[in-house]
Amino acid sequence: MAYIKISDLNFSYRDDDGNFIPVLKDISLEIEKGEYIAVLGHNGSGKSTLAKLLNMVIDDYEGMTGKIEINGKDITSPEITEDEIYELRKDVGMVFQNPDNQLVATIVEEDVAFGPENLGLPREEIRRRVDDALATVGMSEYARHEPHRLSGGQKQRVAIAGIIAMMPECMIFDESTAMLDPIGRKEVIETIEKLNRERHITVLSITHYMDEAVRAGRVIVLNDGNILLDGTPSYIFSKPDLLREAGLDLPQCADLMLRLKKRGIPLEGDFNTPEQCVRSLLNALHK
Amino acid sequence: MKGIVLGQYYPADSVIHRLDPRIKIILALIYIVCSFLCRNIFSFVLLFMSSIVLILVSRIPLKIVFRSLRAIIFIMLFTAVLNVFWTKGEPENLLVSWKFINIYTEGIYNAVFIVVRIVSMIIGSSIFMTYTTTPIQLTDGIERLLSPLKKLHVPVHEFAMMMTIALRFIPIIVEETQKIMSAQKARGADFSSGSLMKRAKALVPVLIPLFISAFRRAGDLATAMTCRCYRGGKGRTKMTVLKCRARDYVMLAVSAAFTAAVVVINIYSFGYTM
Ligand SMILES: Nc1ncnc2c1ncn2[C@@H]1O[C@H](COP(=O)(O)OP(=O)(O)OP(=O)(O)O)[C@@H](O)[C@H]1O
Ligand SMILES: [Mg+2]
Repeated sequence: MAYIKISDLNFSYRDDDGNFIPVLKDISLEIEKGEYIAVLGHNGSGKSTLAKLLNMVIDDYEGMTGKIEINGKDITSPEITEDEIYELRKDVGMVFQNPDNQLVATIVEEDVAFGPENLGLPREEIRRRVDDALATVGMSEYARHEPHRLSGGQKQRVAIAGIIAMMPECMIFDESTAMLDPIGRKEVIETIEKLNRERHITVLSITHYMDEAVRAGRVIVLNDGNILLDGTPSYIFSKPDLLREAGLDLPQCADLMLRLKKRGIPLEGDFNTPEQCVRSLLNALHK
Repeated sequence: MKGIVLGQYYPADSVIHRLDPRIKIILALIYIVCSFLCRNIFSFVLLFMSSIVLILVSRIPLKIVFRSLRAIIFIMLFTAVLNVFWTKGEPENLLVSWKFINIYTEGIYNAVFIVVRIVSMIIGSSIFMTYTTTPIQLTDGIERLLSPLKKLHVPVHEFAMMMTIALRFIPIIVEETQKIMSAQKARGADFSSGSLMKRAKALVPVLIPLFISAFRRAGDLATAMTCRCYRGGKGRTKMTVLKCRARDYVMLAVSAAFTAAVVVINIYSFGYTM
């Protein structure tokens, strides 16, 4: 059974006059445990809305139809209790774009403790989880620091640690690398990949960076609230016309390789990463 | 901007720094009460000496202590002068009499006593609360001291949370203000010349974006906190639990002895009593 199962999900926000404005249209999706999924889509295509629905943190559900099941539990049903919602938020952790707006406490380790404290865990257990979470993101030595003295990438890793300490099964990253410099982005992406690889945490990573998407196991492209493409990175990037329709570009190297191919150069294999490109170029040269 | 330090916390390693914040709040209150109990010259000497001992023990440089006293120097002078001229003493203690001005020995005593009282009060409370305790420890201490009030439905946890978040966001908002001001300056805004009115008006284009962004941050933070299972103080535990150690009890005992000494000295009236 799929870990997350979304069936015929429609969602509309209400504008000031009370009119419904559709944002998500007939989304059906299944996500297995342990998958690493990148979600792409132009601004306003509904990515954040989808993420927030998975955590039930939207104010107004009037405009929603369809079903979201997580771990077999229908979280959209009207009978769901408050405790079940908290259970859900514990299992599906969210990391947002701006690290400054997610950190609550003035000391790193106390911020990481915030989630477990909310869960009402005993003190020793919180301590253990905090130390473990900080070690996982490589921020142990900053435990007693103040967040506003850290770099963007470090702050974002602290935010991730705050979620890890709640021991989620799935983590959603909503453009968590968007505000970071290349070094910060690299740190955060490596942390996310490590979580997926070593802890088998299901990852849903919303991003605008193609080079992040190629590292995922599966890519979902949203276009105006519809799922336009859903498949492996190689499959997605073999559809440049559809991507362009969704307002997205190919990763630079894949773009280059497809153009070369069009000129009749016999290139083979995947062209998602620079390494793959180099390999297939070398192969072509040796022929 | 990264170097911003909130409050007047002075990082050092002293016994007082290491005390439990709850105890420090109580000690500060006791000290203030003691300064009001003092009535005669010996109790005021004791009070003044205890302030000096506190400065030495807490390892706060004198320079920093003087800086905070400088802020109230005007109030001290004012009350001193008032006491000198307005205290009416025994006729035989009249020192100066010129037209309607009469100065008595009692007036001089009162002026000195009041100044010592204010100085000690400021030194005592700031050493216990602001210099040696970070704002966050202080918030934590207040929350736990007041936690019995939760039974009366006083939102103690919520207030402490608000304080914590305010402390967390002050550096961010300060930084943002500077960014917006630079951005407006780059567009030709002038914040430093013209009449007061004109300068106040020039701040409007800074405040509006600042408010908008603060509200957006508040919304984001609320969502992030909800996602981290926050639901108020209900069922919440804490990782760090404040624990009173031997040194805390010792300090409490010392302050009790100090209070007793002040009271006893006051019972036996030595010389002028206020
Ligand atoms: N709280 C809200 N109330 C009303 N409309 C909203 C609200 N939040 C988002 N929208 C609208 O819903 C649409 C989808 O927004 P969403 O934030 O899901 O997009 P997104 O794909 O995350 O975009 P981005 O890449 O910019 O983050 C947008 O047109 C947006 O204006
Ligand atoms: Mg978004």
